[in-house]
Amino acid sequence: MKYDIILAGVGGQGVLSAGTIIASSAMHEGLAVKQSEVHGMSQRGGEVLAHLRLADAPVASDLIPLGAASMILSMEPLESLRYLEYLSPQGAIVASADPVRNIPDYPDLAGLLAAIRGVPGAVLVESGRLARESGSARATNMVMVGAASHRVPVSVETLEHFIESLFRPKGARVVETNLRAFRAGRGASA
Amino acid sequence: MADVVLLGDEAVALGAIHAGLTAAYAYPGTPSTEIVEYLIRHQAQHGRPLATWAANEKTAYEEALGVSMAGRRSLVAMKHVGLNVAADPFMNSALVEIHGGLVVVVADDPGMHSSQNEQDSRYFADYARIVCLEPATQQDAYEMTREAFDLSERFHIPVLVRLVTRLAHSRAAVQPGDRRPEHPVGKSQLPQGWTLLPSNARIQWRRLLERQQDFRSYAEACVHNPLVLNDRGRELGVITAGIARNYYAENLEELSFEPSHLHIGAYPVPAAKVRALVGHVQAVLVLEEGYPFVERMLRGLLAPPIPVHGKESGALPADGELTPDLVRAALGLPARPGRAACGLPLPPRPPQLCAGCPHADTFDALRIALDGIAQPVVTSDIGCYALGALPPYNAIESCVCMGASVGMAKGASDAGLRPAVGVVGDSTFLHSGVTPLMDAAASDADMTLVIVDNETIAMTGGQPTVLPPSRLEGVVRGLGVDPAHVHVLEAHHRHTAANAAVLRREIEHHGLSVVIMVRECIETAAIRARDRKAKDAPPA
Repeated sequence: MKYDIILAGVGGQGVLSAGTIIASSAMHEGLAVKQSEVHGMSQRGGEVLAHLRLADAPVASDLIPLGAASMILSMEPLESLRYLEYLSPQGAIVASADPVRNIPDYPDLAGLLAAIRGVPGAVLVESGRLARESGSARATNMVMVGAASHRVPVSVETLEHFIESLFRPKGARVVETNLRAFRAGRGASA
Repeated sequence: MADVVLLGDEAVALGAIHAGLTAAYAYPGTPSTEIVEYLIRHQAQHGRPLATWAANEKTAYEEALGVSMAGRRSLVAMKHVGLNVAADPFMNSALVEIHGGLVVVVADDPGMHSSQNEQDSRYFADYARIVCLEPATQQDAYEMTREAFDLSERFHIPVLVRLVTRLAHSRAAVQPGDRRPEHPVGKSQLPQGWTLLPSNARIQWRRLLERQQDFRSYAEACVHNPLVLNDRGRELGVITAGIARNYYAENLEELSFEPSHLHIGAYPVPAAKVRALVGHVQAVLVLEEGYPFVERMLRGLLAPPIPVHGKESGALPADGELTPDLVRAALGLPARPGRAACGLPLPPRPPQLCAGCPHADTFDALRIALDGIAQPVVTSDIGCYALGALPPYNAIESCVCMGASVGMAKGASDAGLRPAVGVVGDSTFLHSGVTPLMDAAASDADMTLVIVDNETIAMTGGQPTVLPPSRLEGVVRGLGVDPAHVHVLEAHHRHTAANAAVLRREIEHHGLSVVIMVRECIETAAIRARDRKAKDAPPA
């Protein structure tokens, strides 16, 4: 079994934390994991791409080959389309429908959403609203992990366990907010 | 010890701790920063080993060298261009009689994710005539770092561990070994081996040259350089180096045969093994991240006996990073069936200054100050403020290397291009801007230096600067800059008009002036506020 996930978004959206939750959960359940990240200049409000590879045998490359990804999990609609060539013919897109318009030439949103819906089985999530309803607009990334949770090869219990342990240092209220966000995302994409 | 999940950088750090490290030094630089960040966190929890940020890579290197002279193990970490700054101690430390193990970890950035070039540190190791280890996995990074300390003490040389971005910044499980204790303090008993007066240096240089045979023997027998010769499929042999092996492995099962294969993880290049491979096959493909270092050796000046494919033949691109797909094509495999790009124009989303960044307010003030001046020049430097080159600011005109803004502004002014303004960050100034400002002060150069002081090393994640911000003005005055032309202003939009007026006055002054624009990075300010809030929150 191989499950490659392209994680995409904009710097500051918590793309890497979303990856950490899934990666830690997969390791906990005995899978081999590699997660390649971008740090430094590439992060400042710019596009963020991480490669997360899960398998039941050792993983060779830190990068996912083109056409191999089982999922594109994106915190932002434009960013989900940027990496479409990584997706395998059977792969799924799970993307936020909420744009981050920090560039002057941001494309027409309706066109982007239509292109995403054009990929069979695409899941578009109103992550901003769900995150705010869960208690914090910053929890968009956990909404998206929730939306992905039906497909990724790890259990909901394990994912929730690692959300709890990631946010525990920030206090009980932050843990609750993020768990609510996760469940809201999961509910919205069932 | 149980498996731990580590970045390649962190695996290096843990390997060093378990090798009995006494002290580590670095200046932050992507993709190497997380090595010493890990060690600093470890020190905060456990007290040892010592781990500190230094003013720059040269001072970091020299501090590590002192630890070695005292008989204990030290590590110095940097990004590839940092080794240019540390080149003087690096090249000369190859000649000294290394005592406690000295490991130099250099993280290259092919593809220039966060760098101004893609230089390949294997050339530097070769230039210094020392041993270089190149891990392919996080486990290798852990084990090779440990081994590098042993090799350093065995051969009495610094050993270079070369990382690349994709290993430095990729996480995987690592199985750690046992931890060995630190060496006690034990001064080198060979002072002549550390005193490179010409008479000693000639002896030490000859000794280093004599040891080359030991390095070659090590590399030939080394487990990091496995050679497998297969009798089927002799039409192609493959040489991989470092993480290129992973991309090769990713595609291997789709080849109709398994080519004979030499992997290189330890340098000098094992020449006998290369010859054995080349003698066994009809063509060879070289897969390596960075420059075509091994490929060029094979190619040489005279025609090689068999075709050599790689970056110089065009089988792989000459620039940028390798990917599994580029390696796949070089192996002659067809592209995997995937999804086509969506066809819509997808504009790039370049990095940008954060909303509310103090640098943006400085650029606004500078734009107003320069308004109406015929041909100003604004040199700048390495840091977040280099993003001032992009719209909407278009505020700076150069970004070359750490501290270059200062000397380049002086040079432009010397040449008659005035007014000349340099824009440099607080930490970049302390790293490499102080000495060129000394030059400028010595001749009262007609230029203005703007130090954008956001009280942190922002670009690499908010590490503390080596001196507290309050000391910057004292440093500038201490260099002999006329106090009447040294100003400290708050970089805030409510002061933009007033700040612009001060800048204009100093730009028009025919002599050296320094304007320090101060306001904390909004990112570090936000992190501090969050940490305070978390401390006050009820425990989970």
